[in-house]
Amino acid sequence: MPFNPQAVLIVAAILFVLGLVGVLTRKNIIFILVSVEIMLNAAGLAFVAAGARWGQPDGQVMFLFILAMAASEVSVGLALVMQTHRQHKTLDVQELRELRDKTEEYSSI
Amino acid sequence: MILAWMIIILMAGGLICWLLARWNKEVVKWVALLAVLLDLILACSIWWQHGGVPTSGANAWLIDYKAAWVPTYGISFHMAADGLSLVMLLLTYFLGTLSVLCSWNEVKGRIGFYYFNLLFTLTGISGVFVALDLFLFYFFWEVMLVPMFFLIAIWGDSNRRYAAYKFFIFTQAGGLLMLISILALYFIASAQNGAFSFDYTDLLGTTMQASTARWIMLGFLLAFVIKLPMVPFHNWLPDAHSEAPTAGSLILAGLLLKTGAYGIIRFVLPLFPQVTADVAWWAMLLGVVGIIYGALLAFAQTDIKRLIAYTSVSHMGFVLVGIFAFREMAMQGVVMQMVTHGISTGALFVLAGMLKERLHTRDIGRMGGLWTSMPAMGGVAMLFTMASLGLPFLGNFIAEFLILMGSFGSNVVITVLATLGLVFSALYSLRLLQKVFLGQPSSHISLPDLSMREMLIMASLTIAIVLLGLYPQPVMNLVSPVIKGMEKSVSFEMNNHQSVISIP
Amino acid sequence: MNNLLALIPALPLAGFLILSLTGRHLPKSIIAGIGAGSVSAAALITIFIGMQFLQSPPTGNAYTQTLWQWMQTENFSAGIDLRMDALTLVFVFIITFVGALIHIYSTAFMRHDRDYARFFASMNLFVCSMLLLVMADNLVLMYLGWEGVGLCSFLLIGFWYETPANVAAANKAFYITRIGDTAMAIGLFLLFRELGTLNIPEIMTQAPAHFQPGASNVTWIALLLLAGGMGKSAQLPLQTWLPDAMAGPSPVSALIHAATMVTAGVYLIARMHVVFQLSPVAMAATAAIGAITLFVAGCSAMAQTDIKRILAYSTISQIGYMFLALGVGAWSAGIFHFFTHAFFKALLFLAAGAVIESLHHEHNIFRMGGLKDRMPVVFWTFLAGAAALAALPLISAGFYSKDQILWYAWSAQNGNPMLWLVAIAGALITAFYTTRLMIVVFWGDMKTHIGERPGKAMTIPLMILAVLSIVAGFIEWPHNLVHLSLFSDLVQRYLPETLLQEGHPPEIIFQLVAAAVTLLGVYAGYVLYYKNTSILEQWKASPAMLSLRNFFYKGWGFDDLYDTVFVRPFYFLTRINKSDVFDLLNKGIATTSQRLNEWFSFSQNGSLRWYVVGVLIGIIFVLGLQIWG
Repeated sequence: MPFNPQAVLIVAAILFVLGLVGVLTRKNIIFILVSVEIMLNAAGLAFVAAGARWGQPDGQVMFLFILAMAASEVSVGLALVMQTHRQHKTLDVQELRELRDKTEEYSSI
Repeated sequence: MILAWMIIILMAGGLICWLLARWNKEVVKWVALLAVLLDLILACSIWWQHGGVPTSGANAWLIDYKAAWVPTYGISFHMAADGLSLVMLLLTYFLGTLSVLCSWNEVKGRIGFYYFNLLFTLTGISGVFVALDLFLFYFFWEVMLVPMFFLIAIWGDSNRRYAAYKFFIFTQAGGLLMLISILALYFIASAQNGAFSFDYTDLLGTTMQASTARWIMLGFLLAFVIKLPMVPFHNWLPDAHSEAPTAGSLILAGLLLKTGAYGIIRFVLPLFPQVTADVAWWAMLLGVVGIIYGALLAFAQTDIKRLIAYTSVSHMGFVLVGIFAFREMAMQGVVMQMVTHGISTGALFVLAGMLKERLHTRDIGRMGGLWTSMPAMGGVAMLFTMASLGLPFLGNFIAEFLILMGSFGSNVVITVLATLGLVFSALYSLRLLQKVFLGQPSSHISLPDLSMREMLIMASLTIAIVLLGLYPQPVMNLVSPVIKGMEKSVSFEMNNHQSVISIP
Repeated sequence: MNNLLALIPALPLAGFLILSLTGRHLPKSIIAGIGAGSVSAAALITIFIGMQFLQSPPTGNAYTQTLWQWMQTENFSAGIDLRMDALTLVFVFIITFVGALIHIYSTAFMRHDRDYARFFASMNLFVCSMLLLVMADNLVLMYLGWEGVGLCSFLLIGFWYETPANVAAANKAFYITRIGDTAMAIGLFLLFRELGTLNIPEIMTQAPAHFQPGASNVTWIALLLLAGGMGKSAQLPLQTWLPDAMAGPSPVSALIHAATMVTAGVYLIARMHVVFQLSPVAMAATAAIGAITLFVAGCSAMAQTDIKRILAYSTISQIGYMFLALGVGAWSAGIFHFFTHAFFKALLFLAAGAVIESLHHEHNIFRMGGLKDRMPVVFWTFLAGAAALAALPLISAGFYSKDQILWYAWSAQNGNPMLWLVAIAGALITAFYTTRLMIVVFWGDMKTHIGERPGKAMTIPLMILAVLSIVAGFIEWPHNLVHLSLFSDLVQRYLPETLLQEGHPPEIIFQLVAAAVTLLGVYAGYVLYYKNTSILEQWKASPAMLSLRNFFYKGWGFDDLYDTVFVRPFYFLTRINKSDVFDLLNKGIATTSQRLNEWFSFSQNGSLRWYVVGVLIGIIFVLGLQIWG
């Protein structure tokens, strides 16, 4: 079977866009995390394809890195999600806006 | 070494105060008082040893102490005192003692941290007056700023945060400009000398292009005139003075402003003799603007501490005029003005603090007729308002008279305008007296007159201001070798380019 | 002898220090003893020194004493140096002697006052300052005394400080004299720049060599010094403070605002006569100001109803005569008028004080009346003073001094007929309002009940001053009558002789005219206020006369003028700028950064998606740059 890196890259791009759309449209943090995972895997797929194209092991090494990183990211992320849920009783990102700049506090100075 | 000891005593005193406050609050006050008094005694002993000795122009330093600090970058622990420094040190410790005394009952909360800040501010100030290494100078410049910020921000009045930030931002902006200038000077000088050094004596002879020199000089000058303060950089002063606790106002008005004037005399004039002469006319003009503008604003104020603060703006205008007149007599007057203004305005702030303690207001509209119940305080207030309007036989007159008479030879028009400041000073001073002490007594009849502690503070200030008015010669003798030495480098009479306008 | 000099100002100073530090705990009798005693002792020492001075004149015609070096810089030095020459002697004698009498009078006059010690402390300080003013050997020390008397005047005018009007009057006095002082200070600076010294004897010797006569710089110096004198001596246009200064207790008015302090300007001009002589412009200005002032103030005195204001305006007017005399170059005549004026004006004020106190603090002369028989001592002494003020020929001291001035106004070197005409008109006015005052207060019906009568401590000073008001003139006679000129012989040890013009009418004509004019003034007063009061009623009905009267009553509207031109704009200016226009600049910087903060923080709204879109746009932008850039 002839190896067509272009097709694989297209798949990776589709996966990436799917993930991105998920991040942008989903309200629930867990789904956003899942979408981020999809994007990571899309990047990993692109690495593997590129490694295969050039006949180098680096692409697969990078994929292993991404796997490890994704695993740790998910564990930390889920822990944060748990805490967030415990404190705010919601996982809706539109509700969770604590980090915005509250300008009115400084207007007294 | 004695100079280093002065610094160490104050720092150690401050730290001990902070630590001791955990278990005994009374002792803290005594420790603070002891530390400052010890320094006062040390300063007096220097005066005693060196005061009578006429030092020749070449080496006017009475004490010179130098130790390596960071030799790689040419930073040394270089402290020295000449007559000018000594006068300022004496003033610092005199007012420092009084500032401890007048916080005795006023400060209630976080007493250890309060005295820590107070003593560290004094450390910074006395460091500024003796540091001869520019890095060290900048270090002390910052040291006096931060504790003062806390003094205002924690123990100040209702609007204290605003005032503290404003004070900090203004002085810090100036300080950073000075830092840039110090570094620029450092690199230029080290390129010329082939060795890195922040030392004043090494930097003194640096030659550079006029345009470079002008920019560097402006950096220094801006830092100092903000502190002085000069119109239009004076806005931090009324807020900081009026919101600070009594001791804070006393130190601000009495000492902190003087560091600006001291900096100009010690650094700007000798380091940049040529370009300073170029800006002299502008500086004198802004000085005279400050005199009149400050007086007009002082007249309009209804807050007693704000009123006194604006009189400082007016009085410091005289300093600016005097420095840039480049005349020996005017320079003598400037030093006298620094000392006497410290005492007289300091005394007025202390009085304002006492009034606030009794009446719980700073609004002069709600005072009046207080002489009836407090004749002793009224008498003292009379004396110091008279000092601030420049009545002869009190120190301020000597200062203003010498400044004006010295400047007259340098620039007639500006001096005449500055002399008009005498009329305006009468306006605001008498208004203050009238609103607070004269007139119909209001309801609060039974106010206690001065207590023994307050009497002690006011008596020492009174004696000082009268002595300076009747026999200012010791101070002038101390300072005159410094001015003569400076005369050589700056060449006072080179202001031919200035518009010496002769009367038609 | 020289060592005694310092005692003269030191005694009152000691009195001030003791009274101000411990006065509140002392009984009144001791306060009175210290207050009056210190000045009396100074007077005795002065008389002793004066005797010595007259019998065996010291070398250089002056005693000097150096106390200590005050301040010294490279090219300037001033010492606390005292000096007593003929001119000083006259002034010191008046200050201490009249001062002592007034102090003695005050011990009784102020006896009910709560702040007895404060009163005597201020009075003693005043005497000390005034003595320093006239005894100073250099102009800086003189300036010290000069400002010191201003301070004491402020303290004493506002002595009853609980009444706001008194405080306002005190402030006004200080402000207006301060304007003059500032001009004088500038004059000193200019003088120092020209001569390099402020030592009076050195100025006297160096000035003629250094300045061209009539040169602009010496004219400026003289005019600035004159402005200083005008402030203290209440000459036009700086005269408005003196009538208001009557808010103080009557002894204060007598001492400060009649006998001594207000003549400081006269002293200054006489002291600096060398400088003034070098500038014809300044001399002419002095004479003109004196002439205008004496006329303006005299007119104002005619319309006043407050007994002390009448006397205040008459003081301004009489000092105008002194300025006129100095301006035309009649130096000794000016000082002689100061000498006699001090006695009779102090007397008039003290007597007026006695009247006011007896009538329960009534100041309006039209509510007095009929006091001639009920208060005989006050009446007779007042009469002696009034005669001297009106310059009744031959029997009053005022005649001898004023006659000289009138004669020199025409005939002296700088004199001219115009000046004489104004001065003679002033003499007429003076005689008229003095008569009016006498008649209204002492004749007619009694309108207010008499309370406490003055005691011995008050009447004895009055009698001494009354005798002096009559006999003080006899030491100096007109040249054509009796050859006796003790006074001018004395002061001309310091002051130059009066030079006369060529070709003026004989002196006797002037004397006759002056005498006639005085008598005419007295007669006019007698007719209008005693014999035929209906004329006055007719005048009151006419609107023109009434508005003229109001114009005079308000002192020619100077107060209103200054109010409109200076006071109101000043208040306006300070009020609109109370919050400091420069602060807007700083607030502007603060507000700008706050606005920027608000704009930027709009982007940081906490929405995760917003951030992701931001990141995405950023990436696309960077990629776009890579591809197309």
